[in-house]
Amino acid sequence: MSKRRSDWESRPQARIRKWYKEGFLALDNEIINHLTQTTQLPLHTEEEVVAQQEAMSTRQRERTLALERLDQYNMLTWARTRGRKAITRLHVILALALGAMMIFFLLETVAQMPRFGDPATPGANIVSERYITKGLEETGATNIVSGMILDYRAFDTLGEATVLFVAASAVLILLRIDRNKDGSPVQELIAAESDDQHYEPRNDRILQGSAMVLVPTIFLYGIYIILNGHLSPGGGFSGGAIISAGLILYLDAFGFEKAGRFFTYKTFTWVSFFSLMFYALAKAYSFYCGVNNLPSGIPLGMPGAILSGGLIMPLNIAVGMVVACTMYIFYALFRKGGL
Amino acid sequence: MTFVYNFPFFCILLCMAAGIFTSILKQRTAKILTFAVSAVVFILSALTLRLTLQLDEAYPFMMGHFPAPWGNEIRIGRLEALMATGFSAVILISLIAGMWHTHSFVSEQKTNLYCIMIDLALAAVLVLIYTNDLFTVYVFIEIMTIASCALVVVRQNGHTLVAITRYMIMHLFGSGLLLMGIAMLYGITGHLLMMPLQEAVGNIVKTGEHLGPLTVVIALITAGLAIKSAMFPFHGWAPDTYAFAPPLSSAILSGIISKAYIFVLIKFFFRVIGLDVIVTQQITPFLFVCGVSGMIIGSIMAISQQDIRRMIAYSSVAQIGYIYLGLGIGTKAGVEAALFQMLVHAAVKSLLFLSTYELINVSGDHKHFRYLHGAGYRNVPAGIVFTIAAMSMVGIPFTGGFIVKLNLAISGIAIGGWVRALVLIALALSTLLNSVYFLHTVVSIYRKPTQKLDYPEVQKMPPYVAAALIVSTMLIIYLGIGSEPILRVIETGLKTFS
Repeated sequence: MSKRRSDWESRPQARIRKWYKEGFLALDNEIINHLTQTTQLPLHTEEEVVAQQEAMSTRQRERTLALERLDQYNMLTWARTRGRKAITRLHVILALALGAMMIFFLLETVAQMPRFGDPATPGANIVSERYITKGLEETGATNIVSGMILDYRAFDTLGEATVLFVAASAVLILLRIDRNKDGSPVQELIAAESDDQHYEPRNDRILQGSAMVLVPTIFLYGIYIILNGHLSPGGGFSGGAIISAGLILYLDAFGFEKAGRFFTYKTFTWVSFFSLMFYALAKAYSFYCGVNNLPSGIPLGMPGAILSGGLIMPLNIAVGMVVACTMYIFYALFRKGGL
Repeated sequence: MTFVYNFPFFCILLCMAAGIFTSILKQRTAKILTFAVSAVVFILSALTLRLTLQLDEAYPFMMGHFPAPWGNEIRIGRLEALMATGFSAVILISLIAGMWHTHSFVSEQKTNLYCIMIDLALAAVLVLIYTNDLFTVYVFIEIMTIASCALVVVRQNGHTLVAITRYMIMHLFGSGLLLMGIAMLYGITGHLLMMPLQEAVGNIVKTGEHLGPLTVVIALITAGLAIKSAMFPFHGWAPDTYAFAPPLSSAILSGIISKAYIFVLIKFFFRVIGLDVIVTQQITPFLFVCGVSGMIIGSIMAISQQDIRRMIAYSSVAQIGYIYLGLGIGTKAGVEAALFQMLVHAAVKSLLFLSTYELINVSGDHKHFRYLHGAGYRNVPAGIVFTIAAMSMVGIPFTGGFIVKLNLAISGIAIGGWVRALVLIALALSTLLNSVYFLHTVVSIYRKPTQKLDYPEVQKMPPYVAAALIVSTMLIIYLGIGSEPILRVIETGLKTFS
């Protein structure tokens, strides 16, 4: 049997049932009692009549006000609870419908696009042909991708490196906890320090032991990838990410104090400043020479040798340093708001 | 190629290098460098404009050793040079008028980071104006998005954090749509440079092969850029961001950065796809409807605000609606009016945000209208400047806003049919609504306060700020009186634009 609600008595079904079973009197006995009681009072003087009328009208006014307020309150609670829930639900449904529609249309479009890897695809045109056939000759880089991003389309890559720089600066704005003017730490910084000491591993022998072995290897590997960027797959972006992984591992194993001996906020500023400035100036010089048909005087070298490819290797180093510093400072900022 | 031809390239590299250099500077030198860079960029852009006025054609400029379909390229014409000059002038004036009070929003140790963001945003704006390469557009839009987030969140309180979260989500969605569009366009044409793209798109339209994906590409890129420039149904991020960011950031964001996205959209329409294809693909009616509804609903929302900065933010949504109305008309005349509106609105909106800050500052830092009573007497220059900017917003003759509305109306009338009726009705209605809320504001700043107001003494506005505000006001009046040469530059520039 289903559970009866606690306000069953006052619901219309129950009232109808009561009326059906017990007739009119049983339903409205209370009202009748009330009516008979209130009209019993005898009235003596005019003043009393006026006073009573006033009292009644005041009561009436208060009652209407109270009812209005109750209505308002009910409406507001409805808006706050159920209404909001309904709107959220509507938003979810609309978002899902929109998402499903977009997925459908985009898949439909992709189905109409040229097939990937098809030799007749529009992508196989004079542009990629020159990159592939003349890339080595014109850029001196055995790795065509490096030659493309750092020579043919070097301006875009300058933009990409700047994206990293601007992202690092934006995160610094958002997360770095400033010190007071006299250099003493603020309360927030002290709290972050203590949180960090509490939650992060300290003097973990296993971690430190493996870091001792892994960190130098990771650094070497990263440096190899950066330096070899113009010869084999790799380059500044990937090598820099690997070096930053080594830095982060070192920081995790040995803590901020030891890492601070060779990498502080100043290191970050100066390294990223020098690498990006070098990139911008080198490219400005090379663009200027290129567009004005001046000889740039940068030798391309023997293809395949480590010192070849013109500006590509130095630019790869610059990009790698920026990437490594940026990733490391992201980690440090997210961990405790500074180095 | 003479030395003058290199100036746009110098401007771009100079801004980027200045951004990088600022990271090692202290507060004061960082500010000075930012001023200097924007001044130099303004001068170089003006010289470029002079050069392009002497040339008949726009000239391409290789960014590297390799010519167009292989290497990056920028392209410099009258229209680009005009926009660069106008925008850098507005940024310079905003910096002079807005930098003096950044210390009350930005902590001292982060001021140089703030300056980095301004420099890089300027660099990104210049690149978006000049570039001839669709992928460069994407890269620098990324820079601009991150920089503008930082410009807002540099003032750290709950409001800006909520506003910026919304901003980030919407803008990343927009960037995602744009990137998808660019990738698909590369997939069906095999090019990223705009000139070869134009040819390839022409072939697609002629042969009909891959026409379906092309429509989707146009829709994706238009939607992405519309979201990023706060077109009406996608304007949700705008009011809070503009209302709570530092005033200088609001001026740069709503004055310059949202315009740069629209300029990219116009470039995409004209140079990559071609306006006739856009019209036949039914993109313009969509922009038209969004523009009209933005003009009206943005104004209605602005009327209902109690906070002066939110009101200006909503009016910005309405003004962006004018630009999209001009684009949506789908004729060259409409686009010219839209371009002129971009210039006018850049000047007016930055001026409004900056002068509003001065009015708020002398009213005990209250932003509600009831506290602003008499602010126009407490700071006389700011009051006058605000009034003139408001007049331009409403479209009183002798201000830039009037010329905009006139040109929009003329280009709408030339079309005829229901477009003519809709343009005229929308302009009339929006002018009426604009005047309602700007009149209300101007009246409330010049009203004698009912009770004695006791606001704390504040630092007096330096005279050079007043001078900068007044120069900007004169610029608005110049745009209203001497609009003929500028309109002619826009017209001839648009001819050589594609």
